[in-house]
Formats: sequence, C-alpha cells, structure tokens
Amino acid sequence: MGFAPGQFNMIYVPGIGEVPISISGDPVDPIPVIHTVRAAGTVTTALCKMKAGDVVGIRGPYGSHWPVRESAGNDIVIVAGGIGLAPLRPAIYQLLSQRDHYGRLAFLCGTRTPREILYRHELEKWRSRFDLDVEITVDHPGEDWYGRVGVVTTLIPLAGVDPFDTTALVCGPEVMIRFTVAKLRQRGISTDNIYVSMERNMKCGIGLCGHCQYGREFVCKDGPVFPFSRIERFFKIREL
Amino acid sequence: MCERPGNLRQIKVVERASLGTLFEAIEEEGYTIVGPTVREQTIVYDVLDSPDDLPVGWTDEHAEGTYRLARRDDDALFGYVVGPHTWKKYLFPPRIRLWSASRTSQGFEVNEEHRDLPKYAFLGVRACELNAILVQDNVFLKGPYIDPVYKSRRRNTLIVAVNCTQAGGACFCVSMDTGPKASGNFDLALTEVIEDGRHYFTIEVGSDRGREILGRVTGKDATKAETASAETAVSRAESQMGRVLDTKDIKEVFYNNYNHPRWDEVEKRCLACANCTMVCPTCFCTTVEDTTDLSGGQVERWRRWDSCFTTDFSFIVGGSIRQSTRSRYRQWITHKLATWIDQFGTSGCVGCGRCITWCPVGIDITEEARAIREKEPVDTSAGAEP
Repeated sequence: MGFAPGQFNMIYVPGIGEVPISISGDPVDPIPVIHTVRAAGTVTTALCKMKAGDVVGIRGPYGSHWPVRESAGNDIVIVAGGIGLAPLRPAIYQLLSQRDHYGRLAFLCGTRTPREILYRHELEKWRSRFDLDVEITVDHPGEDWYGRVGVVTTLIPLAGVDPFDTTALVCGPEVMIRFTVAKLRQRGISTDNIYVSMERNMKCGIGLCGHCQYGREFVCKDGPVFPFSRIERFFKIREL
Repeated sequence: MCERPGNLRQIKVVERASLGTLFEAIEEEGYTIVGPTVREQTIVYDVLDSPDDLPVGWTDEHAEGTYRLARRDDDALFGYVVGPHTWKKYLFPPRIRLWSASRTSQGFEVNEEHRDLPKYAFLGVRACELNAILVQDNVFLKGPYIDPVYKSRRRNTLIVAVNCTQAGGACFCVSMDTGPKASGNFDLALTEVIEDGRHYFTIEVGSDRGREILGRVTGKDATKAETASAETAVSRAESQMGRVLDTKDIKEVFYNNYNHPRWDEVEKRCLACANCTMVCPTCFCTTVEDTTDLSGGQVERWRRWDSCFTTDFSFIVGGSIRQSTRSRYRQWITHKLATWIDQFGTSGCVGCGRCITWCPVGIDITEEARAIREKEPVDTSAGAEP
C-alpha cells in the first residue's frame, strides 16, 4: 500500500468505531503499514489493547501530503510538537532517502515531558548524523533530563536555514502551530512555504460526512496538510 | 438522471379529471410514485396511489417558526408550497446500514449489503427542491469520491416537477435564482391552472423518458392561451415573494465577518436544536454508528443524518471545537451561503424557507444574512497575522 508522507488511514475496530490515524512508516518501504496510536478515546484505547494477530479494518491512504519531493533543492525545517511527530516521520524518511536533493535539514522536536518523546531510539540515531540537525526540547524536565528545556519555538533560531529557500513542515497542537508559524515568519520564511497539518473530527475520510470542515476546507480531502497561506485567513478564528 | 432532449418545448394539456392517467403511465414504467399528501396536519412526502392522495384543497401558511394547513376555496392539488419533508429522505436515507460483519476465527468477515433498490417517481418537486437535488448531486456525485447509495437511488429516479403558482410566507427562491419555475433537469414539469371553472395542467417534457410517459397520458397539445395562463400563474408566485436575500459578494460578506457581534446576538435565540439542518434539502452531514450484538460476534455500521448544531459534531481529543451555539450557527449559515460556493461552485441555499418555518424560535436566515451585511463592522480577523 503506497502512501505519501502526511497521509492518513481510517482504522476500524470491529463494533467499536473508526478513527483517522496518520501513517508514520517509511513511504519508500511502506509494508508493513505503521501507525502510531495514543490511547485517547474509545477506539484508540481499544486499538492500544490489541494483541498481535488481532484484526482491524483499514482504508486509505487519504488526504494531502507534505511537499517533500516538491521541495527538492530547498533547506527543510521540520517542527514537531508531541505526537505531531507521527505524521512527520514519513517525511523524514523520504528526505533522508534522497538526502543529496536537499540543502540543510533541521528537525526540531518538542514534547511536554521526556516520557512523551516518540521514537527515541531513532531520534538518537538521526542525531548522530552529520547531515541532519536534530534538536529536542521538553516543557517539563524530570531529574534525569539533561537536554534543552522550553517550548519548541525556542529551537527555531537554532535552525540555520536560508529563509528564502526553505520549506517548513509543522505538526502539533493548534496553539503550537500558531506560535511556530509566527516564529518562522519572523525568520523570513513565507507562509507559502510553511506547511501545517490540521486536525478535525472525521467520520468518512472522503469529504462526504461534513464533520471535518474548517472554513471552506474539508480537512480530510483538501488537507490534512495545507500551505499555511491557504488557511491563514481562517486560522486565528476561534471555534471554527 | 434526466437528459435534455432536442425538443424541450413540447407542452401538453391534461384536465384534472384525466390526471389519473399520468399516475398510471408512470406506474406502468415500474415506478413507485411518492409525493405530497396530508398527514398529521402537515404536507409530507409519501407513497401516492392516485391524484386523490394529493393535498386536495389544502394550502400551507408559513411564517418564522409557524406552519399551519388551511383550506383553500378551490380544489387545487398543488396549492401549497413546501412541507417539512424533503426529497433527500429518498435519495439519501436518514438512516441506512452501510454494512455488517461477523466475527470469525481469523478476524471478521464483512457481509455484502443486499439492498432493495427503490425506483421512485418524485411527483411534485418544486423548482427550489429540484435545485437542491442538483446541489446534492454536486456533493455526492461530482467529487473524488462518489456516494454509492445516493448514486444508485438518484439514477433510478423519475422527476415530475410542479411549478409554483403562489409563494409561501418563507419563500425566497427568486433571490437564490432557483424558482419559482423549474428550468430543466426534470423529466416532466406541471403547472396547475384553475380559471373560469376549469382545472387543468400544462405539462412540459424535459427528457426522452418523460416524453414516453406523457405520450400515454390523456390530453392534447396546449394552445397559446393555455400556455400563457400557466405562465401568468407562475409569475404570480414570483411577484408574491416577500422575502429577499441579497447574494451580492455574499462569500466575502461572511468571510469578513467571523467576529461580527450578530453571532453573539443570535446565540441568545438559537436553541441548537438542529431542526434547520433536518428540514434543509441540501444539508448532507452524516455520522456513523457502530454496534455489536451482546456476544460481540455480529457488528454493524450505520450511517445517519447528523447536524453541525450538536456538540459532538466537532469533537476531537481535548474537546469539541465548536463549544458555543454562536460558533455552530455561524458554521451553518456561513457554510450554506459562503463556503459552499468555494466547495461546490454553488450556494448551499435554494431559498425554500424551511429553516425559517421550522425554527422553533423563528430565526430567519434572510434576516441574519442582512444583519451581517448591513451592520458590517471593521473586522481585521481574516487575513491578519496569526
């Protein structure tokens, strides 16, 4: 099942329900299908209780994708907040699979606590590369945390990218997106080149049920990945 | 679906006494005729056996939050406007099982849904309603994903439109350019004329299928005088229309007013009851329900109409996006009148007035749109820095 980074699948647990979950595997090597699930609602809790051999329903992939191929030649800055890293991981895989097509790669990752850092093993591996800048910060460190402390936006000045030829990929809570976009703009990156992934309620995933409407957009089929300039006029409206 | 034939102007006159032959001709083609009939003091859409099942001699009175049937002083069959039902209940059922599945040792097995495919003739489709069907065609049939339930039902449906010869108290189809006359996309279109003790229908052909059926109906070619009488009757509806919705630059009017104080004001009245979305002929939102039997061995997935007025509608982890009634009313009207245009190329409102009539507190979409437009405040929200 091929997919583009940033797309999602609808995952169904028999009799319980269906949820949209981003794909967090490698688009170059898409089998097995990999999802990162946090037990948050009824369906995801049921998913997290499943054992090897249990069966789920799956349909997809749906939605728009991060402009990874389209950004060849550019510097790339990736900003992830918490579980927002899950839909960005395929983009990192794809970038690294054709590393020489891009300029500088900066990957900035923030979580609330060290416990919530996803894919720790992999992050450490990426951190040891000389062709990828990885910066990690947490809001609330524990006693055993020796890394950076603070919100993810504090990492943005560390990304030594050329603002005129940079593509930014941002995923996290909406409030994090808001401050991140503001900071990226301050650095001179155009909102045409800042891409964000939005979250809304979804029932169908194919633009028919109406739930995911966000202004004029259907997040499921027009998104979830949008150039920020496209949704800018709606972004700061509350309860949209 | 209705195809446009070469000769659109074939018009036949059928006397009231012969209208039963139209029913027979339609039924001979295997259609189940559904149309207006009086039940529980409203005009609803249901199966019709003969013209006698139509709302003979009834009319309907509409105002904000008010609907009453009243006796007419003639025996008109279509002397009313629109009731609480819409044709979408046939094309897009309120509740439908999408599929069921049984647990097996390997997981579960999806059982193919065997649907009885109804073959309906819609008799009495108003011009606004015909446009509402076209609006839903855009939603369900023109996107990257097609709704198979809607598609199979729509393809099978014969449409007999009835032009309006009077306007209701909530109507504003003239503003939305959707009526009162049906202008294509029907199989047959009737205009009812009652004058000088004579009661007849002019019937216009809109498709080859319609032409075949009309060929078996007792009547004769319309004279110029009869056609003119029908046209006069329709223009009466147009001139009676009391409500107006100004659609000039309407998209920008709403896009620029997400923070208008009117939203706070309407919140004080709106009950978020969802009536407007249930009676709206274009509202298409649905949710799904997953159920199991007690053993968990049988599961089913149902789809049912949903409404953007419920709290659950926008729920994501962390809470609903649209917590306030203000934001839900704003979503609904902005979708109808503005974002729909960007999404599907037309307005989502056809001016039928149902949302005005069936709102328990009488909120009037035309009045709200006017308030947003006329008291437009300086609003820098849209397009400002995040």
